[in-house]
Amino acid sequence: MNPGAPVLQLAGIRKSFGPNQVLRGIDLTVHEHEVVAVIGASGSGKSTLMRAINLLERVDDGQIFLSGQDISDPRVKEDLVRAQIGVVFQHYNLFPHMTVLNNVTLASRVVRKLSREEAEARGMELLTRIGIAEKAKKYPDQLSGGQQQRVAIVRAILSDPILLLLDEITSALDPQLVGEVLDLVMELKLAGKTILMATHEMEFARRAADRVIFLHEGRIAEDGPPAQVLGNPQQQVTRDFLSRLYNFS
Amino acid sequence: MFNEREHERFISPIELQRREYRRMKTVRSVLISCASFLVFSFLIWWILSRSEGWELVRKMYFDPKHLVASAPQVFKGILVNLKILGAALVGTAVLSTLLAITRTTKSAALFPLRLVSLLYTSIFRGLPMIVVLYLIGFGIPGLNIFGRIDKNLIGGICITLVYSAYVAEVLRAGIEAIHPSQRAAARSLGLSHTQTLRIVILPQAIRKVVPALMNDFVAMQKDVGLVSVVGAVDAVRQAGIYTAKTFNYSSYVFAGLMFICMSLPFVLLTDWYAAKVRRREQMEGAV
Ligand SMILES: Nc1ncnc2c1ncn2[C@@H]1O[C@H](COP(=O)(O)OP(=O)(O)O)[C@@H](O)[C@H]1O
Ligand SMILES: [Mg+2]
Repeated sequence: MNPGAPVLQLAGIRKSFGPNQVLRGIDLTVHEHEVVAVIGASGSGKSTLMRAINLLERVDDGQIFLSGQDISDPRVKEDLVRAQIGVVFQHYNLFPHMTVLNNVTLASRVVRKLSREEAEARGMELLTRIGIAEKAKKYPDQLSGGQQQRVAIVRAILSDPILLLLDEITSALDPQLVGEVLDLVMELKLAGKTILMATHEMEFARRAADRVIFLHEGRIAEDGPPAQVLGNPQQQVTRDFLSRLYNFS
Repeated sequence: MFNEREHERFISPIELQRREYRRMKTVRSVLISCASFLVFSFLIWWILSRSEGWELVRKMYFDPKHLVASAPQVFKGILVNLKILGAALVGTAVLSTLLAITRTTKSAALFPLRLVSLLYTSIFRGLPMIVVLYLIGFGIPGLNIFGRIDKNLIGGICITLVYSAYVAEVLRAGIEAIHPSQRAAARSLGLSHTQTLRIVILPQAIRKVVPALMNDFVAMQKDVGLVSVVGAVDAVRQAGIYTAKTFNYSSYVFAGLMFICMSLPFVLLTDWYAAKVRRREQMEGAV
């Protein structure tokens, strides 16, 4: 797919927690319609990177541009930025006291101030598309993990974010439920969404991603098409990481 | 689905025996507890009625004539208690929420606010209600800045000040029991700090502490009976007025009964709710 305009640009992003330097200068550009997979050992800073982009974590240095606007500028309205970025977390993080439908329509109603009817019509449309319309009035704990995670995805995309951040969205799922979630991500890719996703599913990264970046010791150690990064890595550290991963599974 | 139906239709003889045995056991326990209740009541009555002062005590405290005669007056008083309770309830809800929210903030800029609410909750949880009533009830009017203040209002304010400290701590525990990922999820959707608190955090926090909140409410109902100290003419004061006229304390017994009647529904509701939550948690544990 032809890369469009840059949606996300990171320039020299640094982040430490006390003495622990988690991100040591990350430069990355994600273009429109592009799907970029972030791989790396547990604790390598994938989640920190996602939270930084979404302004849930303040960076120590560097700049973050969303559609050309510097969103790391303190004068920027953080809530408005976050409303343009959809996030799906490892543990779904649905709101347990709200029905499925209220979960997915919350942002549209409260942030974008759509009428309840409008928001619910759109919510039902998407819930129908993922095949759980009949669960709309149920509470999250009455759904399987796979269903909850798909609801979380719908919640993230309902207000048409310009960028989707998926943080290991299948790693808390039972193996037999992973497929239905990945299928939905694949659909989003085909619909032309711009996605940055941290993942441990190498097979899925190979199929869905346009680019794979490997995070190691706070830097991007390798960046390229999946066939290259996963099949024929240029760096020794990437080869080590992948061989450890395949030895385990 | 189909299997469940099958089970309903056919019950093995072993299971029937077990059910019969369990039923017998239940019947036996009910009979035993009824019998012991009767024996116990009889014992108490027997001891009381044989004590020397019983006749006098019965006349002073349980005289039906005085119970009935004092009823209208005390009942008028209990309406004052209810009014104060209602106002204090609203006041406590607002003040305790503000205190709890301030105490759970993290930012360095809000440190002074955090300190103030920490001091507030520590002080007012340590002060006996009666001391607060004397200090505020006579100190504030003594300042003479607001002109004459309604006694009922002062009583309500005292109750609010003390109970807000307790309820704030309960709410704070509830807020802190909500996993930070809930906040992250809400903020990532673009909700503001206030919207996140109001729509996502507080509703879940309150749900977690409902039994504790209900307990505090029951305690509050009973402490409303102390407002007569500052001069509010409530049920306790009315009972006192009656006693001063007649030298009979049955009016206090009637007032006590009224307080019990007022709190009983909530005591039962609290127990019922606690049992419901426990059942649900046990079921979740089993799955
Ligand atoms: N809020 C935090 N406070 C302190 N350390 C943190 C915090 N969040 C993450 N870290 C640390 O940052 C490192 C990277 O974590 P994370 O981004 O979660 O990695 P990954 O998602 O790749 O597993 C880890 O060493 C982790 O302990
Ligand atoms: Mg992570």
